[in-house]
Amino acid sequence: MTVSAIELGRPAVRRQSLWRYWRGGLQGSEFTWAVAFVVPYIGVFCAFVIYPACYGLWMGSNPALYTEVFSDPIYLNTVVNTMIFLAFGVNVKLFLALMLSGFFMRPGWWTKVLLLIFVLPWAVPALPTFISIHWMLNGEWGLVNNFLWIVFGADGPSWLNSRWLALGSAIFSHVWKWTPFWTVILLAGRMSIPQEIYDAAKVDGATGLRRFTHVTFPLLANLYLVLTLLATIFLLGDFNSVYFVTGGGPANSTHLLATLGVVRDMLELGKPQLGVAAVMSALPLLIPLVIILMRKLKTSEAQL
Amino acid sequence: VTSIAVEARPASAPARSSERMRRAARRWRYLTNAGAAVVSALLLVWTLTPIYNIIMVSLESEGDVAVTHLFPSPPSAESFWVVVTEGHWYLEAFWHQFGNSVFLAAMVTLFVLLIGSLTSFSIGRMRIRNGWIITNAALLTYVIPASFLAIPFYLIMNHYGLQNNPWSVIAVLVTFATPYAIFIFQEYGRSIPLELDESARIDGASPVQIYLRIYLPLMAPALVAVGTYALLLAWNEYLYQFLLLSNDRSMTVAVALGKFLNSDVAPWNYMMATAIIYALPPLATYYAFRNRMSSGLTMGGVKG
Repeated sequence: MTVSAIELGRPAVRRQSLWRYWRGGLQGSEFTWAVAFVVPYIGVFCAFVIYPACYGLWMGSNPALYTEVFSDPIYLNTVVNTMIFLAFGVNVKLFLALMLSGFFMRPGWWTKVLLLIFVLPWAVPALPTFISIHWMLNGEWGLVNNFLWIVFGADGPSWLNSRWLALGSAIFSHVWKWTPFWTVILLAGRMSIPQEIYDAAKVDGATGLRRFTHVTFPLLANLYLVLTLLATIFLLGDFNSVYFVTGGGPANSTHLLATLGVVRDMLELGKPQLGVAAVMSALPLLIPLVIILMRKLKTSEAQL
Repeated sequence: VTSIAVEARPASAPARSSERMRRAARRWRYLTNAGAAVVSALLLVWTLTPIYNIIMVSLESEGDVAVTHLFPSPPSAESFWVVVTEGHWYLEAFWHQFGNSVFLAAMVTLFVLLIGSLTSFSIGRMRIRNGWIITNAALLTYVIPASFLAIPFYLIMNHYGLQNNPWSVIAVLVTFATPYAIFIFQEYGRSIPLELDESARIDGASPVQIYLRIYLPLMAPALVAVGTYALLLAWNEYLYQFLLLSNDRSMTVAVALGKFLNSDVAPWNYMMATAIIYALPPLATYYAFRNRMSSGLTMGGVKG
């Protein structure tokens, strides 16, 4: 009899303890408030992240789409462009940032003023400067070819009419726009290295290049790796630098996945499913990157 | 450090050798200074050329655009006047569009601060159980490229008839800016002792009172930093504004600029003048709040 009474009471006890577990240390109405405070964000997250993401997955779930995408020569060109863009864009940008952050460690007012000017590309909205670069590269009236003509008397190429020159210009614009940002972050990373370490290294005879290879870089390596991952992920989603500088042209030969999916597939061809499939084909690259990044961030949060 | 180095040198060393060392050191200093000057000059040219081009083209008068020169003679402020007085059919609704941009940026900032601070108050201060799930979900949003959700989001908004409605863009920008806000608020909130909340609780303060009277005032620096970030993000964003705001009355300055570029006969001088007017508010905001957005906070500026 008593046993069955306990058995009867158990679910209620369990329910109560589960309830207590969810409430944590919060008492009375506090729990209600705590929930009320997170509800707006959960709402935003469900409505504007989960819902579109699931909708996108559903749109791109038809296998027939992928045969159509993979048989499209423009798509294959776009994949090549994206690879080149990633290889050069990320590495040139971060290598420059690593070197320049060392330059900006130099003492003196001039370096500080120069840094203020140097961050301009990042502080100015992307749109005006990318449009400006687009016009600068105009074959007939652009600043670059005017300069070549006036100073060297030479006719410059029409930059945006050849695939490789145009792609190079887009990569250049991207590097121009984003190097200051990564430089500032790496500068903060360098500044967080305590001076004592350099002093100790100096006593041991490490100066100049050796100081960099044996002291600075090992200490920055983890940050550099995290930044590489972040830069790769962000570059995969880049839209503006290609859209404004080359417009995907000439003849759709310089698209990246994002511009191909949105501009050509959805707006020009009116086939959004195709665009979703094109963009989703980056997921096999994107997902591992995100997982590695999340793991790295957990170990190096203090450094960021 | 230098004193150690000086003492380490044998005191009995001949004066000649110390003189030679000093000369070598001086030569080395000259060399590095010269190198720094070269790097500085290169950086200035690199950074300022596209910006110089915007200013140059904006100072050209109407027939001047198609002339081979490196600076217009004489420069004219006519195009700025045309923009400000809406004197070209492309610019008919310029101030209205400017107002749209201001409204959009203000609303995004407001909602990012509100939702972000409420969420991080609940997770970080009230310690709601399993709050880490929300933090991680937010982090995940931060690393998903915004352009990847553009197509499904565009179709969903069309489906609900929300195209040309500024609130659709506000919603998406809030979604992409809030994760960063939550991240920064939680990091910053760690520096505020929890005992403050505890003692207020014992004195009978409700969670809402603690949020308003203790949390928000102490979080002011982080609020300013994140507010600046959200403001710049909303003002500078292009892709979603371009997709969702397409008619003349609802579009923002960014969309109008992009439309300029795609027209057959783009009046480049008016376009560049518009671009300068568009770029000035975020530039002023950035330089005014630069020091408040401390280096660790720069992480967020990357989201394009």
